[in-house]
Order: sequence, then C-alpha cells, then structure tokens
Amino acid sequence: MKISYILIGIAVMAGVTYLIRMIPMVFFRKKIESVWLQSFLYYVPYAVLTAMTFPAVFSSTGSTLSAIIGCGAALILAFFERSLLIVAVGAAAAAFIVQILGF
Amino acid sequence: MKKKEFLDGIKDGIPICLGYFSVSMAFGLTAVLSGMPVWATILISMTNLTSAGQFAGATQLLAHGSMIELAFSMFIINIRYFLMSLSVSQKSDSKMNIFKRLAVSFGITDEIFAVSVQRKKALSATYMAGLILTSYLGWVGGTVTGAIATSIMPEVLASSMGIALYGMFIAIVIPPAKRQRNVMWTVIFAALLSFAFNYLPLLSKISSGWATIIITVSVSALAATLFPIITIKKPEGDSHEN
Repeated sequence: MKISYILIGIAVMAGVTYLIRMIPMVFFRKKIESVWLQSFLYYVPYAVLTAMTFPAVFSSTGSTLSAIIGCGAALILAFFERSLLIVAVGAAAAAFIVQILGF
Repeated sequence: MKKKEFLDGIKDGIPICLGYFSVSMAFGLTAVLSGMPVWATILISMTNLTSAGQFAGATQLLAHGSMIELAFSMFIINIRYFLMSLSVSQKSDSKMNIFKRLAVSFGITDEIFAVSVQRKKALSATYMAGLILTSYLGWVGGTVTGAIATSIMPEVLASSMGIALYGMFIAIVIPPAKRQRNVMWTVIFAALLSFAFNYLPLLSKISSGWATIIITVSVSALAATLFPIITIKKPEGDSHEN
C-alpha cells in the first residue's frame, strides 16, 4: 500500500467525521423534530454493521469452515451479552482451534 | 470552579476510557493483522475517534477503495453524530465561543454524548475537555497497545484474528436485536440484502463500499417507515462502542 494513498485516505476519514460533528455544533442550533429522520438515524448503526459483517465474515479467516464456526461462536456469545472484546476474542479463538485441527 | 469542572469531566470520562481501551485494542490488533501499517493504525485512532467509522474506513483502505466511496461511507456511518452534536450544542453554556466549539466537536462520540446529556448543568468547555481528553487517552492508548501486540503474535493465531472485527460487529448488533423487534428486522433485512448484493448476478457487480451504503440507506429508511421511534434513544448495546 502506498503511503500517499493511506495518508489521503486517513485525511478523508478524519475530515468527513469531523465536519459531521462540527457543523451542528458551530452552525446549527435548531432541533430536529422529524420522527422519521430521528428513527432513520437510530437504525443506521445496526444496518451498516450487519451489511459489513454478512457475508464478509465467512471469508475472514484461513478457511470457510473455521469462519463459520467462529461466526457461530460470536453469535452465541453476543446472544448471552458478553462484552465486545470477549465476543471478538471468542470468535477468533474458535476459528483458531478449527484451523489448528487442520480444517 | 474551573478546576472542579475539569475534574468532573475526568471523573465521568474514566468509565469511557476503560471501555474504549478494550475496543480500540481490538481495532489495533485487527487493523495491523489485516495489513495496515502500525503508524497508520495509530494515526487513524488519533484523528477519527469513532469505532464503527474507522473500522469500516480501514477495511476500505485495505481493499483499495476509491476516495469517493470512502468519504461517502464515512458520511453514512457517522451521520448519527450530527444529531448528537446538535443536542450537545443546545446544552452548551453561553461562554462556549466558536473556537471552543470547534475543539469540543472533535470529541462527540456515542458515549461522550450519552454522558453529557445526563449532566444536570449546562455544558462548559472545561467539563467537555476533561471528559473528552480522558476518553481520548483510552482510545489512543488501546490502539497503540493492540497494534504493538501483533508483532509478538504467532502466524497461525494471526490468521484467525481476521474474524475478530466481525465478532465485534456481531456483539454490537445482537443484544439489542434480541430485545427489540424493530432492530431485529433491521438486522435481518440488512443481512438478506447484503447476501443478495454479494451473490446475485447483476447486484454483485456493485463494489462492496457502495453496496454497504445502498443497503444502509434503504434498510434504515424502511425501518424508520415501518417502526418509527417517538422519543430519540441512543442505540442500545453501544456501551463499549464509540
């Protein structure tokens, strides 16, 4: 990866994120009243995280089977409301064991 | 008076700092293991201070996505900060001038927003500085720790860590989906559409960055129409997320 590409990319990420936070703080004082818009914004994190996870998660390790097992482990741990780190490490550990076993 | 405001901010920021440390450590680990240089990983955390956004951004950089895709997906993922910033802005005291506002707005995250709306008093720039600096230290410190830890990790373990990022997304989405039917349907719709965009003949020609944006906007719009929320709530299950 070229350094210039990374630097420009990081500047784009930081710039867009900052502008979103800065514009209402500095320029807007009016409250958003629209229920639809509030609801839309409420659902955005769930929609985006789900879309990024499936089906990409199944090709995120050395083999499809280990990824499926790892994903299953994550779903179970998340269902029982373990912390983010536990779920992430649990998924990786499950995938790791499957790969060590040779699958 | 000013000192007490700052100390109040630090005190309220400590739980956020600890929560951030573990999440950003996972970010540091996964980004470096996916091929992001250590310096770039740390720089992303220092300049962005947003979990879902920088995870997605880093993923797209690694996939050599275009800058337009990158900017647009950062916009979509982080647009919720617009609302939060708006509400912090209304609660800020009159002494907060434009320069202080420019600085404070850098640190509006889900958690910092949640803590600041719970505060009884109007928000001073001094209080916000204590709150944001404490949280920021946790975020950057965790990233540095995670990024450096990867160099002492064996190869076979490293290849399994690629799934950790998705594990974290699953951990954010599943608990609220379990409790709220509206969130559950949002997740189901988004997953189904995402499979469609990956495997259906015409749809799979669209790049993954644009597919994510199209899915997010259409599913959130559908959910907002089917399940409007009367009072604004912070997304549940975000307690360890930025």
